[in-house]
Amino acid sequence: MIIELGHFALILALLVAAAQTVVPAWGAHQRDVRLMKFGEPAALSQLALILIAFLALMHAYVTSDFSVANVAANSHSSKPLIYRISGVWGNHEGSMLLWVLILAVFGAAVAVFGNNLPATLKANVLSVQSSIALAFLLFILLTSNPFERLDPAPFDGRGLNPILQDPALAFHPPFLYMGYVGFSLAFSFAIAALIEGRTDAAWARWVRPYTLLAWMCLTIGIAMGSWWAYYELGWGGWWFWDPVENASFMPWLAGTALLHSALVMEKREALKVWTILLAILTFSLSLMGTFLVRSGVLSSVHAVAVDPGRGVFVLSIMALFTGGGLALFAYRARDLQQGGIFSPISREGALVLNNVLLTTACVTVLVGTLYPLALESLTGAKISVGAPDFNMTFVPLMIPLLLALPLGPLLAWKRADIAAAMERLIAAGVIAAVVLVASFAIAWRGPWLAPFCFAVGVWVMAGALCETAFRIKLGNAPLAESLRRLANLPRAALGTMLAHFGVGMMVVGIVGTSAYKSEEILLMRPGDKAVIAGYELAFRGAAPAKGPNYTETIGVFDVTRGGTPVTRLEPSKRLYDAPPQPTSEAGIYAAWTGDLYAVLGDQQPDGGFAVRLYFHPLVRCIWLGALVMFFGGAVSLSDRRLRVGAPRRASRAPAGVPAE
Amino acid sequence: MTRKQRRGLLIGLGVGVLSLAAILMLFAFRQSIVFFHTPSDVAQHKIAPGVRFRLGGLVADGSVVRGEGTRVGFTVTDTLSTVPVSYEGILPDLFREGQGIVAEGTLGADGHFVADTVLAKHDETYMPPEVAKALQEKGVKLGEGARHPEGTASP
Repeated sequence: MIIELGHFALILALLVAAAQTVVPAWGAHQRDVRLMKFGEPAALSQLALILIAFLALMHAYVTSDFSVANVAANSHSSKPLIYRISGVWGNHEGSMLLWVLILAVFGAAVAVFGNNLPATLKANVLSVQSSIALAFLLFILLTSNPFERLDPAPFDGRGLNPILQDPALAFHPPFLYMGYVGFSLAFSFAIAALIEGRTDAAWARWVRPYTLLAWMCLTIGIAMGSWWAYYELGWGGWWFWDPVENASFMPWLAGTALLHSALVMEKREALKVWTILLAILTFSLSLMGTFLVRSGVLSSVHAVAVDPGRGVFVLSIMALFTGGGLALFAYRARDLQQGGIFSPISREGALVLNNVLLTTACVTVLVGTLYPLALESLTGAKISVGAPDFNMTFVPLMIPLLLALPLGPLLAWKRADIAAAMERLIAAGVIAAVVLVASFAIAWRGPWLAPFCFAVGVWVMAGALCETAFRIKLGNAPLAESLRRLANLPRAALGTMLAHFGVGMMVVGIVGTSAYKSEEILLMRPGDKAVIAGYELAFRGAAPAKGPNYTETIGVFDVTRGGTPVTRLEPSKRLYDAPPQPTSEAGIYAAWTGDLYAVLGDQQPDGGFAVRLYFHPLVRCIWLGALVMFFGGAVSLSDRRLRVGAPRRASRAPAGVPAE
Repeated sequence: MTRKQRRGLLIGLGVGVLSLAAILMLFAFRQSIVFFHTPSDVAQHKIAPGVRFRLGGLVADGSVVRGEGTRVGFTVTDTLSTVPVSYEGILPDLFREGQGIVAEGTLGADGHFVADTVLAKHDETYMPPEVAKALQEKGVKLGEGARHPEGTASP
């Protein structure tokens, strides 16, 4: 009954979405306030209906109602509650339902908080947002209905893929989708602006918080996925340049660029046309990500539910919105008036450089991801573009970006003095140089490039701190004065500092683990000892154990360093009951300098176990860096000026110009 | 600086960075792109020894031999031809006889494939698309096991 209710609610939501697509936009065209007003209740009822559908499906999962085909295929009665809940979006149908739910949430947010938006803009935004929802609701109802019944109902379900039964992965899809779908709002605003033929600073002021929110969620979502791959897949890798990973990374790169160009548009009304284009492209990349993941056209290590028929549907949605958006852009972009002029050496100039490098990096990832597909359809040759290709193209583009990054926030708008900005970064330069020399001294036999990359990461971190230190006059004024200035610093400035600091941390972590990783694969019998990165591991043996829905063999390793006990690692090999599938659970010890990582392999006929041991130096910095970036975004989002979203230009000087 | 000059500068910067990226990509692709081949391709002597490529197919039943240490030998087949493979290291959790896998490495002069990476991913019924397609082209009937089940994972 509840399932039919959910199905019915979803069909109603489709009808509401259809009405909401047409009526407010028509009202905006006719300047009819009553028709435009229709968008608000429509957006709210659309959200309510999709929420009912989502909760109905969740109810079926929690109560293990196996008469629902989707539940029977993806759940099992013995699963712990949290994975029965996360199972809702651990499959194609449910995850698409989550997608439209988040879409509706963002639409409703505009309806509720958008009171200071011009009425026609708001109506157009709600219409465009609803048209996206309409397309995806059609997609769900026609090709991937989660509410289909099974008759007769099976006795028990097939179970969720065991490697997805994991806390980090339970929340990875919702965050990722909040990121993907959050960019839909930037898209809707861009299309609405093109329909109206004008944009201004208020537009950017409105788009930026939502883009920031989406960017934060995408950042944390990708980081969660990477962390999960690191500890769950048992290879100790954190990024594989796999098509499915790239699919989430491309919108992130474009979204990061959008975040920065919207800043220029908000403060200086420049780069309008570019920002609009970037907003369209960012969401198009999100749609393409969905298409690549859902259609299975690319060979990925991450197996995802695929079905060619659905792939074609998603491809048509993507073609419709990307093509339509770009066509409208080509038709209307000329009408947008040009904004302020700036010299190449200025804050605007730095942000343009940021945009050029980020979008180019995004293009290289796009080409690398799609090239195998293009080559196969043209020549029939099957190839794979692997990590070395991506590293060789992506890293050289990131180095200038990272080198220039600390300078950007120190440059004034319009025209800046680069020598003065450099002077303020002397401390950061000295610290980076010291790190360069020190890392050469410590690891002089290692790869020669790594110390330079380390120094770049430290340069970014120290540069972010220098910038804040300069703003609060640390050392140039009494400490109390500096603290007062720190407290009065706009939250957005603090957020920028944190996010940039996080980028530096991430670089340090990436370099540390890529360049100085140690790895041992060996055969160990109980009583054997192994040494890695100064740690001695004694293998005590392996014993079977029973979990809630799996049996496992747990290996026990006592770890000592210089004779003193450090920890005990217990990597295990699990065999799940439903579906019967083996997984490896790594044993990880997080030390300050890095992670000690052990994986238990197959048992050999003579009773020994194949064992894989790693030491990953500084690897946690990668995810801590992402977390710091997330918090930077959150701090920036809490800035009053963003929340207010004042429609008029603020009279006070734009933030960021040094007050002197 | 006039608007025109600024636009020229912007376009110049964009074009410059893009062409740099294009050069990098050409260079990278020439150096390290890896082709995918089936055991039949290998049997037709299409591949020179020492060239890195990906070998895809099914692990032949009864072919897995554990050597000393972590050395493993097995045979990859597309049911028409077979290639002996040796690998040193820990095989993925889902590596099993009859399972579709992709191995990356080089062919020795004796026709023995030395793999340094073996991929068998995530899902017990999962088959790498290249393998599934290559097998279909060879006329191998794919059973239930090779079909992708509904809803196996999220992105």
